[in-house]
Amino acid sequence: MSTSRRDLLSQSGKWLFLTSAAQAALEFVLAGNAEAAPTYNMHTHWWAMTIDINKCIGCGNCVRACAEENGVPKGFFRTWIERYDVPSWEMEHPEVDSPNGGMDGFPEKPIKGKSFFVPKLCNHCAHSPCVQVCPVGATFETPDGLVLVDEKYCLGCRYCVQACPYGCRYINPKTNTVDKCTLCYHRISKGLTTACCEACPTGCRTLADLKNPKDPVHDFLRTNSIQVLKPQMATGSKVYYRGLDGSVR
Amino acid sequence: MRITFKDAAHLIRLVIVVLIAMAAFAGLRSLMVPESFGQYGHYRGNALEEIRAKPVSFAGRQACAECHDAVVEAKKAGKHVNIGCEACHGAQAKHAEDPSLKPTKPDTAVLCARCHEKNSAKPHGFPQVATKDHNTGMACGDCHQPHQPKL
Amino acid sequence: MQEAVHAVEGFLYPNEVELQWSILIVLYPYITGLVAGAFILASLERVFKVEAVKPTYRLALLTALAFLLVAPLPLQLHLGHPERSLEMYLTPHKSSAMAMFGFVYLWYLMVVLLLEIWLDYRKDIVQLSQTTKGPVRLIYKALTLGSSNVSPGALNADDRIGYIITVIGIPSAFLLHGYVGFIFGSIKANPWWSTPLMPIVFLFSAMVSGIAAVMMLYIVTTWLRKKPLDMRCVDTIAKYLFYAFVIDFSLEMLDLIHRIYEADESFHTLDFMVHTRLFLSQVILQIILGTGVPLACLAATQLWTFSEPVRRKLYFTSGLLTLIGIFAMRWNVVIGGQLFSKSFLGYTSYKMEFAHREGLLAAVALMILPFLLLWGLVKLLPPWSEHEAKA
Repeated sequence: MSTSRRDLLSQSGKWLFLTSAAQAALEFVLAGNAEAAPTYNMHTHWWAMTIDINKCIGCGNCVRACAEENGVPKGFFRTWIERYDVPSWEMEHPEVDSPNGGMDGFPEKPIKGKSFFVPKLCNHCAHSPCVQVCPVGATFETPDGLVLVDEKYCLGCRYCVQACPYGCRYINPKTNTVDKCTLCYHRISKGLTTACCEACPTGCRTLADLKNPKDPVHDFLRTNSIQVLKPQMATGSKVYYRGLDGSVR
Repeated sequence: MRITFKDAAHLIRLVIVVLIAMAAFAGLRSLMVPESFGQYGHYRGNALEEIRAKPVSFAGRQACAECHDAVVEAKKAGKHVNIGCEACHGAQAKHAEDPSLKPTKPDTAVLCARCHEKNSAKPHGFPQVATKDHNTGMACGDCHQPHQPKL
Repeated sequence: MQEAVHAVEGFLYPNEVELQWSILIVLYPYITGLVAGAFILASLERVFKVEAVKPTYRLALLTALAFLLVAPLPLQLHLGHPERSLEMYLTPHKSSAMAMFGFVYLWYLMVVLLLEIWLDYRKDIVQLSQTTKGPVRLIYKALTLGSSNVSPGALNADDRIGYIITVIGIPSAFLLHGYVGFIFGSIKANPWWSTPLMPIVFLFSAMVSGIAAVMMLYIVTTWLRKKPLDMRCVDTIAKYLFYAFVIDFSLEMLDLIHRIYEADESFHTLDFMVHTRLFLSQVILQIILGTGVPLACLAATQLWTFSEPVRRKLYFTSGLLTLIGIFAMRWNVVIGGQLFSKSFLGYTSYKMEFAHREGLLAAVALMILPFLLLWGLVKLLPPWSEHEAKA
């Protein structure tokens, strides 16, 4: 038993989804005792996500996994998938659909131009417009680069929902407070990857730690042309897309 | 006309009322602001630990590999090598904790189509079939091995 | 299902289908606008020595107070957790326009409005605390703060402090409503809101609505009390209403022309919205009925001389239409800003509930409440006896 675990650990470095913190905590997770893992150090991480548009097949696994992992109420989405259809004669007016956030996949339909899927989630912006407007400090940027909501402190004024340019926030009808993607903070701080990344069959999404010099994200960002959503908003978005079409908004 | 002290007495009383109200507010504030507020920034520091403490539903592929190393080994030979176990088998943290809870086996007739059903928006080169033409009524698992999906 | 209810057209981000801010958030800038406008009218008399509007001075102050007391209620009703609203004062977030608004509100209510009313009414309060009988007397007693000094020296002190307060009050009133505009104008994610003109458009529309409201209240209360209307006063108010309206209209047209000429990425979407889902409230109610007609009526009274009954009817019509028009403007800003997707690819609609915490019934009740409060305030602190004694 312990031998196979050691084997696994030596292998784990090759696994792209594993971060340094993950390796430190892995032993405890494997022993089924994640809570006893070495105290998570916020100051050694800067979380982000990379999305490779060319790998998304619109299966909806990420949307379902997210809903299950985080108990997302029906009709609301912490992550979702959009299907774009961009006619070549009208690049500015793409046709977009996202039936039930892509949770049940996408039924085939005749296309007019080029067509592709775009997975979306909270961009965990470094200069978040949502955090800026929160009147009480119920949503905030953490030292490890996440934008989180304190559901015990949120008033439910919804100003942040208005301020998010990407439509990532909603009011959770169970708590009457605002809710959004946490980048699975409860998982990544225990050395696991996010639920959406865990369930993604094609490796389209990858959790990244920009403070870890060994993280493959650095190669990914250096060797590809990278785009973020709505760059004109200058929000310091940390969800980096490879192969994102200019018509996506 | 100069304002004498006597004629301003009611104004001084007003100032005292305002000062008492401000002191009461300051007292109330020190009582009501949560202790960890401001620990890391303008928010309740404890909120971070509260969010981190939530339980997980997906155990993660390492946890699966701990017992199912034979399957991990078998997958290495096929195209599905990089797919996490729970992508097809669903969230299994409960099973990982208590292996006596047996998960149900996915129905390949439904499961495979989620990814491999023909769709014009899918990247070219990704293997896709129109299931109704490809295998009338048969489950994919009848011909394909999901862990090593060659015929 | 949800999409069918909201008559969705085109594409919205999946979390956008439901509107976040309801009719109550329409009421909030409308009410604060009335407050700021009424106060500015009151300060015309005090600071700018426009003697003609004196009969409305105290009425304007009490109107401002009645509406200001109601202003936070729609917000409170709208919150998901009203019991946490005190956090806004306990841990205000300095970069949030909404948090800072809490302090602007408090400053305006406590330092400006209450103080000015108290100083102006102190002589009456002292007198009433000696003559009134029953439990109301206790209220007057408390309001005197235990000092019944109404010597000329004390009244002179009140007058001088009161003057300073009014001078501070004018920029404060500007701040109060300019700030409401900033709450919307600073949201870069929303092109319908995001414009530096928003605070100043809000400010002038506030002055227009506040002046119109006090004018209407003066006409109606005088009629209810069966007293003669001071036509010189109403003429002067109407003149200032006209001036404020011209500036307000110019600013709104500037905003509109600028949007049409620049035609940025959001224009196609917003233009379509104005021509479809906002056509009734924006084009018909706000621009034609709420701005064009009253502006024409007021301009006519400035250009030609009409008989008193005709003027009264023209003023009354303009005042009423103005109040409807400014309400439509608030509606178009708040609701209109949420009808289109931030992807600029689709539209949703606002379905107003009826008997709901944020429904029509609550909104109507909240709109009646300030008038009840005003009635109470007028009973407690009569605004007219003094002037009529003189006249």
